[in-house]
Amino acid sequence: MNCRSEVLEVSVEGRQVDEAILALLHTILLHRSTGKFHYKKEGTYSIGTVGTQDIDCDFIDFTFVRVSSEELDRAIRKAVGEFKEALSNSGSDGMGQISLEFYQKKKSRWPFSDECIPWEVWSIKVNVVNLANEQERQICREKVGEKLGEKVINIVEVINRHEYLPKMPTQSEVDNVFDTSLKDVQPYLYKITYQITDSLGTSVSTTVRRLIKDTLAL
Amino acid sequence: MENDLSPQDKKDLDKFIKFFALKTVQVIVQARLGEKICTRSSSSPTGSDWFNLAIKDIPEVTHEAKKALAGQLPGIGRSMCVEISLKTSEGDSMELETWCLEMNERCDKDIKVSYTVYNRLSLLLKSLLAITRVTPAYKLSRKQGHDYVILYRIYFGEVQLAGLGEGFQTVRVGLVGTPTGTITLSCAYRTNLAFMSARQIERTMPIMGIIIDHFNVGHMHPCNYRAAGEEEGVPYPVLEDSQEVCTTSFSTSPPSQCVFTVSKAHYKTPNPAVMDTLKVPMLGLAFSQQLCSSRLSHQTPVLGPADLCYPATLNAANPHQMVIPGKEGGVPQGPLQPCHGALAEHGRLPSCPPADATHRLSATPSGGEDTETLSQSSEAKSSSPSEALETTFSRKVGAFVNKPSTQVTTTSLDLPFAAFATRNFDLEENDPMVRPPDSPTPDSPLHGSLNSEDSIDSGGQHQDDFVMVDFKPAFSKDDLLPMDLGTFYREFQNPPQLSSLSIDVSAQSMAEDLDSLPEKLAIYERNIDEFDAFVDTLQ
Repeated sequence: MNCRSEVLEVSVEGRQVDEAILALLHTILLHRSTGKFHYKKEGTYSIGTVGTQDIDCDFIDFTFVRVSSEELDRAIRKAVGEFKEALSNSGSDGMGQISLEFYQKKKSRWPFSDECIPWEVWSIKVNVVNLANEQERQICREKVGEKLGEKVINIVEVINRHEYLPKMPTQSEVDNVFDTSLKDVQPYLYKITYQITDSLGTSVSTTVRRLIKDTLAL
Repeated sequence: MENDLSPQDKKDLDKFIKFFALKTVQVIVQARLGEKICTRSSSSPTGSDWFNLAIKDIPEVTHEAKKALAGQLPGIGRSMCVEISLKTSEGDSMELETWCLEMNERCDKDIKVSYTVYNRLSLLLKSLLAITRVTPAYKLSRKQGHDYVILYRIYFGEVQLAGLGEGFQTVRVGLVGTPTGTITLSCAYRTNLAFMSARQIERTMPIMGIIIDHFNVGHMHPCNYRAAGEEEGVPYPVLEDSQEVCTTSFSTSPPSQCVFTVSKAHYKTPNPAVMDTLKVPMLGLAFSQQLCSSRLSHQTPVLGPADLCYPATLNAANPHQMVIPGKEGGVPQGPLQPCHGALAEHGRLPSCPPADATHRLSATPSGGEDTETLSQSSEAKSSSPSEALETTFSRKVGAFVNKPSTQVTTTSLDLPFAAFATRNFDLEENDPMVRPPDSPTPDSPLHGSLNSEDSIDSGGQHQDDFVMVDFKPAFSKDDLLPMDLGTFYREFQNPPQLSSLSIDVSAQSMAEDLDSLPEKLAIYERNIDEFDAFVDTLQ
């Protein structure tokens, strides 16, 4: 199947990396999460309620809305933290890309493991800039806030095209479509990967790592 | 065609659209309340959470929305609009954005109403949640408060975007196709907020409403009232000393004391003679200091006001105000005292310690206690001019009587004229010339004259306590004096009460005094240049 791929680019200061990526990832996940499914007899199900929360950024003049789920927030923050660490440990150019991929699992027969078929990939290209003084930082605060606003509008526009979405699964297949591990919300199955662009522009190691991960993933 | 739509679907669709419209209004209005919204996720479905989203319903908003809809639904040509505007505290208002829920004719027949349409409407609401935090009005709404508030208006019908000014931007939140049409949700927002931000800046400028009133009568009133009834702090010794000075002037006064030899003609106040003699122009720091400090050291309660008034009257004669009890800046606190009415106007304190002393003075009457402390403090403060005071004082003393240097020293160390203070009774006792052993009042005729009636009475009482059988002033056998000191004392023992001091030290008199304050203030304000010049000479 065709995988929808969207790329968002942001240029931020070092301390804005976390918040900028969180803002975008949470905005995407807000649209890609539903309430918990409760299957009843006769193949019907009811859906739980998704709460929302306004989050003010500390280093950016921006407020974003995320799903009220501490578990989900923790998972996302963890991934973003790893990305930021890799970014800071990398070369001096400070460029990297973090991707949020929504996939479906396709059961395969033994001995083949299930496939993970992405149906939507959001890539956020991050360019870290260094600012000289406080005035520049203040300008950066506002500018990045505006940019993030534009990105949110982009995200909303893409999502509202109502292009391919996995079918609502039956009870037996819900885990192939949704991440049912959380107790309050149910996002589509997703994974977050990143790659750091080193000065040479290559990212062989991360790609290989990802291939291995995908192969071994159950 | 709508015929293809089953009645149930039609019914569901209408319901979906209706509740979608209501929820849309809720989301928009809540996003403009200025607070962060937080709702909880619930894994157990509740029947009331439309579109599987936890969106609270503010009753007033729902009521307004229903009122606007008036039983209708958004349809083709019938749009539901939520207009967000800003209203300043001054009454100016400006449209910020208009959210439009419209329907166009493009239909999606194949779509499943109960499932797809519902889920897509849910998605659209989520998008609305995200977009409402992105438009410029969000930041404005978060900062609303005293300067401005954000208002909303719901209307149904044709979209009106004229109020958004030129160059407004449009952002489409999303659209959902339904068998009966495509629901679109968009926002048109004003971009020309420049005028608003400038005006906001103006409004957020702090308004400095603090008016520093040098003649802080209000602050002083309690003190004043207390002083009226209070006893100490009145610089009796001041009067004493001033009397000394004056008396000195009558005698062969040293050059520095010529200040006091100004004749009555120089006195601008119409007060009785005795007092007038004291109203010498404040030509010297020393003098001012003396007077100031003497005021401080004065202790007769009733005399307090009188004494305090004394400098006032004195200062009245002198364009350059001398020490006035007041704040550190030398703000006269006189007005509080009844006789301080005149004092009050003299805002300028020469930069002499007596200023501090007088500052203390005002505190004293109010406090009514710690005269000693006050005098000590003023003593400390007056340490710098003490030299001059000392010199003058000694001379003055010498003019009348050969006071022991120690006494003079003591006095200068302490408040000037502190020797006259009752606490220095011992010293003064030995020196009736300095002051009657018993009370400050009787010591100086001038002092007595300065006193109000009450003070005079008290002075009289003091006098009663002390009976001079044979008034032989100590050290009075000084051939330098043309006049017998004893004669002088007897002559001026009970001077007539000064008219300015004859006012009753009570609230009533103070009220009268306060009434005359404005005119006095006007006079002094006119002469402010002279005051300034005088102060400059002192510095």
